[in-house]
Amino acid sequence: MDLDRTDAALLAALEDGLPLVARPYAALGAPLGVGEREVIARLEALVAGGVIRRFGLVVRHHELGFKANAMAVFAVPTAEIAAAGRILAELAFVRLCYRRRPQPPTWPYNLFCMIHGRDRATVTAQAREAAAAAGLEAVPQDLLFSRRRFKQRGARYGGRCHVA
Amino acid sequence: MDDIREVPLSAAATALLARGQREFPLTPAPYAALAVELGMDEDELLTLLRDLLDAGVIVRIGAVVAPHRTGWSTLAAMRVPAFALARVAAFVAEYDEVNHCYEREHEINLWFVATGPSERRVRSILHDIQYRTQLAVIALPLVEAFKLDLGFAA
Repeated sequence: MDLDRTDAALLAALEDGLPLVARPYAALGAPLGVGEREVIARLEALVAGGVIRRFGLVVRHHELGFKANAMAVFAVPTAEIAAAGRILAELAFVRLCYRRRPQPPTWPYNLFCMIHGRDRATVTAQAREAAAAAGLEAVPQDLLFSRRRFKQRGARYGGRCHVA
Repeated sequence: MDDIREVPLSAAATALLARGQREFPLTPAPYAALAVELGMDEDELLTLLRDLLDAGVIVRIGAVVAPHRTGWSTLAAMRVPAFALARVAAFVAEYDEVNHCYEREHEINLWFVATGPSERRVRSILHDIQYRTQLAVIALPLVEAFKLDLGFAA
C-alpha cells in the first residue's frame, strides 16, 4: 500500500496517542487540516492495507504482571528456519517470532522469539518446550532475560515526507 | 528509569484491556461506543483510561505499525562493560530514533530498537552511536516475521 503525505502525518500524530476527548479523530486531524470523516477513512484504509497492524490500547507488559521476559535465540540452518519459525509462532506463550540477519561470529543466532511469562522458572520451561516443539534441541541457542528497562516508547518514524 | 511494579486491576479495567487492545472503534465517538459495549458511562470510561495511562499500564492509544511499511527499523545490540552500562544506556535512549532500550542478561547486554524514515538514516544513527561510545553496535534487522505483536491478555 502506498502512503501519501497525509497518511504519514496522521501516523506521526498518532505516535503521541489518540486524545481523550469525545471526538478524538476530529481532534487528531484538526492541526493537519484533515476532517474527521477523512481521518477515519484513512485509518480504516491503513488497517485494511496492513500498514497498521493493530489499532487500540497499547499496554506495558510489566505493569500487567508479565515480569519475566526473555528472548530465546537459535542458530538455525537456512533451509530449516521457516518451518521452525512457523512452529514456534503457533505456541501461545511465544509473543513474537522473527528471523533476523545474524552477525557471526559475535552473534550467530538468526531466529528470535520473545517469551513473556509471569516468572523466570515458567519462561525457562517454556523456552525448553519451544525448542523441543520446533526440533531445535541440538542447535546453538541461548535465552536472554530482560533486566533493566531503560526506555519503552512507540516507534517514531519521523513522519514527514519519507514516502516512496 | 521506570519504577516497575505490578498494578492491581479492577474488573472494569480488565474488561477494558481485554476489549480495547484490538479493533478500537473507528467511529466519530469511539469512547462512547466502547462505553456502551462495556456497559459503562462514557465519563467512567474516560476516567478509567486516564487512570490506566497515569499508572503506566497503557502507554498510549494508537497504532502499532507494521515493520518497514513506513520507514525502517532494526534491532541493535551492544556489549557494554558493566560499569558503563547505565551511562551508555542513557546516552542511547536520548536519541529520538531509539525506542525500547533494555538490558539483557548476556555479555551483549544492551538491546534497543532504532526506527527512522529510511534505512540510511537509521544506519547513520547506529554509526553515530558507535562512534560516540567507541563500542561496536550490531544491527540485527528483520528478515521475516513469523509472529507479530497482537496484544497481551490482562
